[in-house]
Amino acid sequence: MSDVKQPKIDLGNLKAGGFIKERGKDLFTVRLRVPGGRMSIPRLKRIAEVAEKFGGEFVHLSVRQSIELININFKDFDAVVEELGEATQKVASCGARVRVPVACGGCEYNPNGLVDTQKSALEVDEKLFGTPTGHHKFKVAFAGCPFDCPKSATNDIGFQGAVYPKLDQEACISCGLCAKSCVPKAIVMGEGNRPVLSDDPCIWCGDCVKVCPTNAWSEAKRGYTVRIGGKWGRNPLVGTLFATFLPEEKVAEFIAAVLEWYKLKAEGLGRIRLGDTIIKEGPQALLDHLRSQFPEYTVAETIAPQVIATQVGIHI
Amino acid sequence: MQIIDLRGVSCPTNFVKAKLALEDLENGEIAQILLDDGEPVKNVPRSLKADGHKLLGLKQTDDGHYILELEKFEE
Repeated sequence: MSDVKQPKIDLGNLKAGGFIKERGKDLFTVRLRVPGGRMSIPRLKRIAEVAEKFGGEFVHLSVRQSIELININFKDFDAVVEELGEATQKVASCGARVRVPVACGGCEYNPNGLVDTQKSALEVDEKLFGTPTGHHKFKVAFAGCPFDCPKSATNDIGFQGAVYPKLDQEACISCGLCAKSCVPKAIVMGEGNRPVLSDDPCIWCGDCVKVCPTNAWSEAKRGYTVRIGGKWGRNPLVGTLFATFLPEEKVAEFIAAVLEWYKLKAEGLGRIRLGDTIIKEGPQALLDHLRSQFPEYTVAETIAPQVIATQVGIHI
Repeated sequence: MQIIDLRGVSCPTNFVKAKLALEDLENGEIAQILLDDGEPVKNVPRSLKADGHKLLGLKQTDDGHYILELEKFEE
């Protein structure tokens, strides 16, 4: 036995802090906290300096928008955290916690964006990041429009920006641009060459509002379409619809309500994700819980998260 | 009236070409922009509206392309 004293390392705690064991001896990945994938240039420079000093020859851009420092020796953890500058660049998390939210660029510069996903991601990161669920990981994503680049429905809670359009008949000049722009063909030119909207195929993308030359089409409602219970991994599930046109300012409160239900209902079920908990309890149970707090946004009925038949393994 | 023929030009080159052509017009002048069906007629009018121009109408021609009429406006 060697007499050399090794610093005592609690791997569980390290993992909670976003330090992930690598293959190599003494080496770890340090996962950085980058809510919504937005990174200021000074922060990016600082990270590059720290990675160059302590890490390997590259960093990894994770699927969930983090920058991961690779090949960090565990003895350098304190120095890495200090040099990153705890105030500006924090380390992310792993384990059974609320993870860093993912978001698209949002409405500030993307012409498709309907809501401020960056603001939502920052708010949720600030209020809920790291909250222990008691059961399993908990992922949140924000898509600014129904084109949904972030694949919101594969998260425990996925938010998708939406606009419900309304038509001012007086202002309409019958140009037909709305019908032409409407990809799902929810708007067709009807009698007297007037646009007619059908609810069924409308996905609430707001393209009609954006193209309308006279602003005859405008926003009747705006908010998030909310799907719950999705996940990827070994046994994927697609989240299903629980709320529509949820106002941006209610997002954190809504997630907290879902977390409250998850913590309670998954008690005793072991390491189980939200989607599988909903399948066990039935979606109505969660829907009723949400309706008690968000009656005006909760949908009338829903279905359980949907299994994807991967044809490998048996879903619980 | 200025005619800007963008048939056969794909996105976003058609939009950039429209912008360049519109630079030569005075505010208030009317232009007709010829666009292909599909992505061009979906994207270009919306982008020109976002740039501040006033869209006046859209007509489909017998051979299947579109004529977007607009009034130039630039601050």
